[in-house]
Amino acid sequence: MTLADTEIAPPEPPRYVMFWRRYKRNRAALLGLVLFALVVLMALSAGIIDPGDPLRRAGEPLTPPFVNWETPLGTDQLGRDVLSGVFYGARISLLIGVVATLVAIVIGVVIGALAGYFGGWVDDVLMRITEAFQTIPNFVLLLTLVAIMGSKIEWITVAIGIVSWTAPARMVRAEFMSLRHREFVDAARNLGVSNTSIIFREILPNAMPPIVVYASVIMALSILMESALAFLALGDPNYASWGNMIGQGRAVLRSAPYCAVIPGIAIILTVLSFSLLGEGLNDALNPRQKK
Amino acid sequence: MTKTPPPVLELCNVQISLPKGADRPYALEGLDLTIEAGEIVCLVGESGSGKSLCAGAIMGLLPEPHVRVTGGAIRFMGEELRGKTDAEMRKLRGADISMIFQEPMTALNPQKTVGWQIDEVLRLHTKMSKAERKVRAIEMLERVHIPDPASAYNAHPHQISGGQRQRVMIAMSLVLSPKLIIADEPTTALDVTTQLQILKLIRELQEEEGAGVLFITHDFGVVAEIADKVAVLCRGELVESGTTDAVLNHPQHPYTRALIGAVPALTPPPIKAASDAPVVLKGTGLKKTFAARGGLLSGKRKAVTAVKDLTFELRQGETLGVVGESGSGKTTVSRIVTRLLECDQGSVELDGTDLLAATPRELRALRQHIQMVFQDPMASLNPRKRVVDLIAQGPIVHGADPAKAREDAKRLLELVELSPAAANRFPHEFSGGQRQRIGIARALAMEPKVIVADEPVSALDVSVQAQVLKLLADLRDRLNLSLLFVTHDLRVAAQLCDRIIVMQKGEIVEHGLTAEVFANPQHPYTQNLLSSIPGRDWTPPSLQTDAA
Amino acid sequence: MTLHMPPILSYALRRLVQAIPVVILIMIGTFLLLKLAPGDTVDALVGDMGGADAAFIARLRAEYGLDQPVWVQLWRYMVKLASFDFGWSFVYEQPVSTVLMERLGTTLMLMASSLSIAFVAGIVLGAIAARRAYSATDNLISVLGLVFYATPSFFLSLMLMLVFSVKLGWLPVGGIKTIAAFYTGWDHVWDVVRHLIMPTAALSLIYLAFYLRLMRASVMEVADLDYVRTARAKGAREGRLMTHHIMRNALLPVVTLLGLQFSTVLGGSIVVETIFTLPGLGQLAYQSVVQRDMNTLMGIIFLCAIIVVVVNFLTDLLYARLDSRIELA
Repeated sequence: MTLADTEIAPPEPPRYVMFWRRYKRNRAALLGLVLFALVVLMALSAGIIDPGDPLRRAGEPLTPPFVNWETPLGTDQLGRDVLSGVFYGARISLLIGVVATLVAIVIGVVIGALAGYFGGWVDDVLMRITEAFQTIPNFVLLLTLVAIMGSKIEWITVAIGIVSWTAPARMVRAEFMSLRHREFVDAARNLGVSNTSIIFREILPNAMPPIVVYASVIMALSILMESALAFLALGDPNYASWGNMIGQGRAVLRSAPYCAVIPGIAIILTVLSFSLLGEGLNDALNPRQKK
Repeated sequence: MTKTPPPVLELCNVQISLPKGADRPYALEGLDLTIEAGEIVCLVGESGSGKSLCAGAIMGLLPEPHVRVTGGAIRFMGEELRGKTDAEMRKLRGADISMIFQEPMTALNPQKTVGWQIDEVLRLHTKMSKAERKVRAIEMLERVHIPDPASAYNAHPHQISGGQRQRVMIAMSLVLSPKLIIADEPTTALDVTTQLQILKLIRELQEEEGAGVLFITHDFGVVAEIADKVAVLCRGELVESGTTDAVLNHPQHPYTRALIGAVPALTPPPIKAASDAPVVLKGTGLKKTFAARGGLLSGKRKAVTAVKDLTFELRQGETLGVVGESGSGKTTVSRIVTRLLECDQGSVELDGTDLLAATPRELRALRQHIQMVFQDPMASLNPRKRVVDLIAQGPIVHGADPAKAREDAKRLLELVELSPAAANRFPHEFSGGQRQRIGIARALAMEPKVIVADEPVSALDVSVQAQVLKLLADLRDRLNLSLLFVTHDLRVAAQLCDRIIVMQKGEIVEHGLTAEVFANPQHPYTQNLLSSIPGRDWTPPSLQTDAA
Repeated sequence: MTLHMPPILSYALRRLVQAIPVVILIMIGTFLLLKLAPGDTVDALVGDMGGADAAFIARLRAEYGLDQPVWVQLWRYMVKLASFDFGWSFVYEQPVSTVLMERLGTTLMLMASSLSIAFVAGIVLGAIAARRAYSATDNLISVLGLVFYATPSFFLSLMLMLVFSVKLGWLPVGGIKTIAAFYTGWDHVWDVVRHLIMPTAALSLIYLAFYLRLMRASVMEVADLDYVRTARAKGAREGRLMTHHIMRNALLPVVTLLGLQFSTVLGGSIVVETIFTLPGLGQLAYQSVVQRDMNTLMGIIFLCAIIVVVVNFLTDLLYARLDSRIELA
């Protein structure tokens, strides 16, 4: 017979190699990775660039950028160093982005997985709750939670997570609903594997790629939400935040627009990096979409 | 070679290139093919042979620039098609050359009515008035024997059956009496009885119109049914062509011989001595109704009875075939028996213990005695797990020592004729047949008494199918396994099953020894089913093949 | 069985019934938030009066039912909400519902203009980008989309203000109409439109980017489907494929999100209304947070939720009209 079926194809390179090959095919995603690395670098080196409190007076108020090398990007109306604010702001943005995303993803995965796997009344109840949450405008809810619990940074982070879990929950539910009818799930049940193991060891790893991609979206949205809160002066006043810098910059918009423009650009680039990162992850994790 | 009149289609030395990184540089290499008016030419090949791209090349619908025609001539009615502008090709498409696709559900626009979609062809190619077009479309629906054409005209595709959708597709392609019809696996997605009707319809209309047909298929039964001439493709190369009789009964090329040798004959195996082996699996009075799902608030849907009052016995070492068309409830049977689906009524006794009455804890212990081989070799293996873990998972769940279970898994790989080197790979690195072997190894790892196989070879190419079937039969005999074998393919059932159950709409209409049922079917449905098997009058020649 | 009801009506009715548990859950949610908040109505009232003795406070509590078990309070609260009675605003010294109604029009106007611009421009640009996938046009549109998507609306608002009001002086910096101008007729309309241009732009760009990306992906997916190939095999030209075969199916996932998006846009209006001092619900929400006016805040939440439920209901109907596969009966 010409076609013996039992010969095995040569082995593939390890998974991470394949991942990287697919990721780097998307040039925009590479740019995203560079931007992301830059933001992380800023966050890590903030203490080295400026060991002091970024909220202290560092120079003459309203020094324009590129004039005094003590304060290369200038100072705001209270004499605070803009450069140092941007670096420390990266810390807060990343921190809130990561933690809030984790909170949202964990809640979303649990609710979505239960609803999608069990279906029936479990699904009905959980989805009605999700819908109710989704119906309340999330920024209004965020403001309310902050109004009730106060503006401490820990609480803001958790609150952002709490208002962001609905979209991942729906997505995870959809993934689970399609995966639970796959034959490999039946195969596992047929082997006598327990429900918990099926949910977490069989289905969840297969649902991970879209979750990871979506996490980058939530990360971007969390950063936008935190900055909007800070812009409205409802953020934690003890930390430098890009949104807060823009909010303060509003008062001197006519005379010193750089106070608002510089942190604004920082936000745009950070959020952009997450979007691009998400696209690259999508290309790398869902190879069927390649053309 | 100038003939009068020119052939409908003439392919000379056609070459189609694939993008870099594909498994070969050319999808088709040096294909020669001629179709005269009034002739049906079957282009046969397994998946990946390049047969569908051939159709794309003629229609000018290849996914350019990645895949394109790089050499040769494509002449339609003596006229070269390569180099025609897009506008010129558009005039031909749908009017002079038309196409019938495989999957009638996805090939029709879900949002437009049947009538609209037939009408579109007329609107694009003729200057007929709206009223004339409607008359013509309904006339055409009548010609493809759709009951009540006037109301079908206003129906959406999802409102009619699969067979009728394919009739609509045919009506759409033939409404302008094209000279060349390209049919790409037009009956593959259909049940066997519908398949025969559609094949007859294509033949009938083609004879009326005198059109040339390029019929693409993988199924030699269909070839025997419909073809005037046959061309066999292997990995982009034409290995054999000739009249149907010559190719089917006297194949020359080793590849063709292997393919035809792999077609299961319709002659069932000799009857074994009446079995007095003990009954290992016994289903009694099984009933399953799919209730209208949904909470309190969603709309009501009709309940569907998938299985009503099913009773059967499976003896030690025996293979019991469950045969039926889609919707017959045969897949539900495989899920009830393994209790992957909860049953409404009845019992399933496994060696005397009722599986359906078992508590969850008892059930988990019982499961090791009844294992499954699934239909889709792609979907039935968790893509994130290594082969060794997939096979060892069952024993580990049931308390085996993980290290030992993994060692055993490697031995099982050898048992299913795979290299132990496969152990550390992921499922996607294997071909369909290999994955199915892994699935079998996984079932065997539990040392079950019964294996339930749900269409285990229906997703595989014929040549691979034959090898997997042979493996299953070997293992059954060597390990004295009892097999409940669910299939829609009567040829496969004939090969493997000692006894069969024929199901229709959730009920057993006939059961008995395979040979007896095939030789002398009692129930009209079974008779219809058997007489619909494509190529039933053709007995594949017994060929000396150099392997297997 | 509903024998004489047209299918679309019974479908609509069923959808409405399905919304009831969601509304009830929202009522319970707002009640819980109120309970979580430090201080209750009586505290606010007493604070407003400048203090009172303990006996009087206890009497007030009994009067407001605050001494009752929680579930009784919840039931009363739900009954009140159901009749759109949100209580008294101690900041505005008016019933909350009156305050809300004054503000509702402005917000609806802003939302309608932003969402319709975002939706229409988003799907048109998305469709163009998808049909010229990987071309220079596509790249330009996609890059713009990404940048819009990454720009916070408050920053965009400030930049628009800086350019069009401060530097160029073309547009007013805030408010919904020119104060003390007393325009009438078309002058009034034009005046309002001029005030809405920048807020609309600031609010819509991010959603425009959102719809653009969604539409581009959706069109590309649908364009790969079998039936589009069928239409091509019938001899249809690319333009016709787009208008007759791709568009409607590609719109489906976008329309589904339109309803959900409405809720996010309402949230986004807080920042934009605050910056441009538009007297709408968003600005009111911000002020209520700052002034801890919980009754008003809960009123806003409930009202917004009801608006979103209604919009969701409407998009469901639209979806059912667009997708012939949905069995209405």
